Amino acid sequence: MAEAGAHSPLEQFKIEPIVPLHLGRFDLSFTNSSLVMVLALVLITGFLLLGVRARALVPGRLQSMAEMSYEFVATLLSDTVGEEGKRYFPIVFAIFMFVLFGNLIGLVPYSFTFTSHIIVTFALAFCVFLGVTILAIARHGLHFARFFVPPGVSVALWPLLIPIEIISYLSRPISLSVRLFANMLAGHTLLNVFAGFVFALGFAGLVPLAFVVALSGLEFLIAFLQAYVFAILTCLYINDALHLH
Amino acid sequence: MTERKPPDSLEALDARLSEAERRQAGEKRRGLAAAERMSGFGFAWRVGLELVSALIVGVAIGYMLDRWLGTRPWLLILFFILGSAAGLLNVFRLTSGLGGTVGSGKASESRHSTDDTDDE
Repeated sequence: MAEAGAHSPLEQFKIEPIVPLHLGRFDLSFTNSSLVMVLALVLITGFLLLGVRARALVPGRLQSMAEMSYEFVATLLSDTVGEEGKRYFPIVFAIFMFVLFGNLIGLVPYSFTFTSHIIVTFALAFCVFLGVTILAIARHGLHFARFFVPPGVSVALWPLLIPIEIISYLSRPISLSVRLFANMLAGHTLLNVFAGFVFALGFAGLVPLAFVVALSGLEFLIAFLQAYVFAILTCLYINDALHLH
Repeated sequence: MTERKPPDSLEALDARLSEAERRQAGEKRRGLAAAERMSGFGFAWRVGLELVSALIVGVAIGYMLDRWLGTRPWLLILFFILGSAAGLLNVFRLTSGLGGTVGSGKASESRHSTDDTDDE
């Protein structure tokens, strides 16, 4: 991972172009980040296609994993949004699987974690935000503006409260993306820092080694948890957009 | 998963299916509450994040408006305060168990509706 002497725990997040491509002012190079994203897509598609190929009534290992992931998102959606939420299953499932596989691939040594880059998570969160806003406007038209007007409050306070509500609404994609990004970044940096101690401390390096083992387990939990949180917040936002007050 | 033996007739299967569907509809809000009750550390982290993200949005809006209108630094100060208020509002919503919902009216309303009956 590191050249001798020039080791930094942040080096693992470095983006390197594989196929350089510049269009005008834009750098559209195919990077290691893009490679891992493509890999995630291939793995998800392969996982689901191979999983359901058998179509067995009593599912095998792979099929039951594929069915579990489907069931998981379907339950999540019907729990938070209800019956009409089923229409939005494809997008929530796609987001969940993409984030989950991104997190899990990142846990493989020497690989790359694209969810540890704020621009990736922000793009995902912003798509969710934009989609949910368009959904709310399409559903409710001008009534959508009532989203920002707290009922039961005197008109005199509106100029103060409406900007606050709008800022609160706009802060959604930021908190959504920063949550995923910071968790992945912090976890991977911590792992790397502790792993760096193992050799430096000689025999006492067994202590940080034990830490690294424990942290790796924790990282697996976080990989699932953050994908889950991302998906459930998407569901909550869809629910909000469907049922305005 | 609990019972293994197959149902004897289609009617029994139908009854079980509708019963399961009813149960699922009843559990509508339960998953949400469980997600909120994460670990204490995770919760504290979310609170901090909600505060800061609203502040970032407020400051960004203030800064941009200042640059556009040339009123530096007044709008930045104003939106800094509004952003802090929005952050506190986010935290209030989070701690009163309303998750990511928006609108303080929504907050009072949904608490009201869960108090008596959950129609819809």
